[in-house]
Amino acid sequence: MSDTHAHSVAYVRETQLPQQPPPTIETGAVKWVRQNLFNGPWGSLLTLVSLYVIYLILAGSLPWLLNGVWTTSNIRECREVLDGATGGCFSVLSERWNQLLFGIAYPSDQYWRPTVAFVLLIAALAPVLFMHLPRKLLIFTGLYPFIAFWLIWGGTIMVPIVALIGVGVGYAVYNRYVADSFAMGFFGGVAAAMVTWWLGGFVIGAMPGFIALEAVPSRDMGGFMLNMILGVVCVSLSLPLGIMLALGRQSSMPIIKWICVVFIEFIRGVPLITLLFVANVVLAYFLPPGTNFDLILRVIIMITMFAAAYIAEVIRGGLAALPRGQYEAADSLGLDYAQSMRLIILPQALKISIPGIVNVAVGLFKDTTLVSVISMFDLVGMIRGPILASTDWNGVYWELWLFASMLFFVVCYGISQYSQWLERQLATDHR
Amino acid sequence: MNDVVPETHDVDMAVSDEVAISIESMNKWFGTFHVLRDIDLTVYRGERIVIAGPSGSGKSTLIRCINALEEHQAGKITVDGTVLSSDIKNIDRIRSEVGMCFQHFNLFPHLSILENCTLAPIWVRKTPKKEAEEIAMHFLEKVKIPEQADKYPGQLSGGQQQRVAIARSLCMRPRIMLFDEPTSALDPEMISEVLDTMVQLAEEGMTMLCVTHEMGFARKVANRVIFMDEGQIVEQNEPEEFFNNPKSPRTQLFLSQILGH
Repeated sequence: MSDTHAHSVAYVRETQLPQQPPPTIETGAVKWVRQNLFNGPWGSLLTLVSLYVIYLILAGSLPWLLNGVWTTSNIRECREVLDGATGGCFSVLSERWNQLLFGIAYPSDQYWRPTVAFVLLIAALAPVLFMHLPRKLLIFTGLYPFIAFWLIWGGTIMVPIVALIGVGVGYAVYNRYVADSFAMGFFGGVAAAMVTWWLGGFVIGAMPGFIALEAVPSRDMGGFMLNMILGVVCVSLSLPLGIMLALGRQSSMPIIKWICVVFIEFIRGVPLITLLFVANVVLAYFLPPGTNFDLILRVIIMITMFAAAYIAEVIRGGLAALPRGQYEAADSLGLDYAQSMRLIILPQALKISIPGIVNVAVGLFKDTTLVSVISMFDLVGMIRGPILASTDWNGVYWELWLFASMLFFVVCYGISQYSQWLERQLATDHR
Repeated sequence: MNDVVPETHDVDMAVSDEVAISIESMNKWFGTFHVLRDIDLTVYRGERIVIAGPSGSGKSTLIRCINALEEHQAGKITVDGTVLSSDIKNIDRIRSEVGMCFQHFNLFPHLSILENCTLAPIWVRKTPKKEAEEIAMHFLEKVKIPEQADKYPGQLSGGQQQRVAIARSLCMRPRIMLFDEPTSALDPEMISEVLDTMVQLAEEGMTMLCVTHEMGFARKVANRVIFMDEGQIVEQNEPEEFFNNPKSPRTQLFLSQILGH
């Protein structure tokens, strides 16, 4: 700028202004109410209308909820008790809770087993979900799938033990050879695990009664337990599979890249219900006659693949959002591919992807009810089938579906709250 | 702390006869665009080289080829006696010997300052965690921000972040440091704190290649200035000669443009 007027605008500050407190704001409940509820004529009108709507909803539902009947053994008795008054027949829940939770065929004297498995599930999930818990608890998390399988399906304890040994042997072989080449370690590990399981099969055959629980076949699983099994297994399998697919899709090796692209695009382009029918019916045509390929396992594979394809795309979005500089910084420090992915790229990409992953996980958990269409008796299948079709409870819709909604809502809302908490925990970018 | 961590190099500005980097008729294309044309460059141990030139002249690409962030298509690059080929093991070895500072710092935002500095020593060099932390604190003290060790990059100013980035590279005990416009993204107030750190590094005898527009730094520290234009080395000379008596008309024009006011 020119200095023509310098003499007339010269100014030197001599006193430093002290910091002032902000203007005092009226506080308290009255202020809040006026600002938020009765802020002008339209605001006041809206508030009154909303209050009236809330009153209508409560007036309609509260008598039904509070006046409900919990003790009758069928719908006719319930209606007699109510005698024309408003009230829900919640006795369907108290009479059929076991079927709603465990399905129709699970032996009732064995209900403690899935219950224990559920309680242990919480213990197994805790160290995964909360990072400040001691890392040693992860050992239990690693053992949990084997324990839960044994508890829920029963049979000899040798089955999960052999499975565990197989995993251990496979991992040991992988560790031994992975330094030479990843492919050698990977396939060597898989082969070693296979051989171990094959040999273990003879051991199991030789001692079928060794510390055995009563065996419950897969077709006897049902109720909300089945939804939980499918939901937990599929979410925990689809996340690592989704990560691998997302990384594979970014790979510079064309074959890996195209396998991942074709897999993702194909699975995403097919309705889940179609995949479930494939699992139920069509797969049997391709398997050699006489093979007994567990139905739940088939369904788990299908749902997992379906969810993994979605999660892969969500994570790809997270990977794409990272600046190229992060990859370059990791490279320039000499980290190899696996290290830079594990330590630098994925922690950041997954953090960005949390809302999307949770979206898929919640959707997947609710989609487990689709198995009712292929005549598996999950919670929805139980309600639609054995309970509503029975003469005792034919016509009790609201109570049952409300109960089902509540169960799913509690789990899904929990997942959603956890994810928001996790996002706050991981916020280190101080934007 | 200083007794557990020996100094990186002897304190003298002497240039040895030992070759640190040799680049022989190196060529690189981006698609059909010929970014680097027949680059020949030998860097001796202890040299401080400043690479200047207009934007798009290939100077960043040149130093990024040295640690294989960019792949060259023809010619030969030898770093510390290791030939840069497509062999991943060679590339990783060279990268762990060559430190790099970026224009945008590229700190890892999800890790604390200390973790940023200890990550590569722990995972690449297999240094025990405690020792890596001691080394990291040593270098953080050297760049004068040990008190920020537990903060996250997002809480630091640009100048502080760039100094952390320098410390992070130094924790790998590199024998060569590459700087890719380290002060271009900084507010003027913060440039000097980063340049001071780089001067200090130069005084300790680090082999340095800097792409920079800081001509004051070049005069003070560099023992050689290289001027690049259109993917070629147009002129190189000692800084005195380079600034006072540029030979090529292209260099004269460039210098008159950046030193003109």
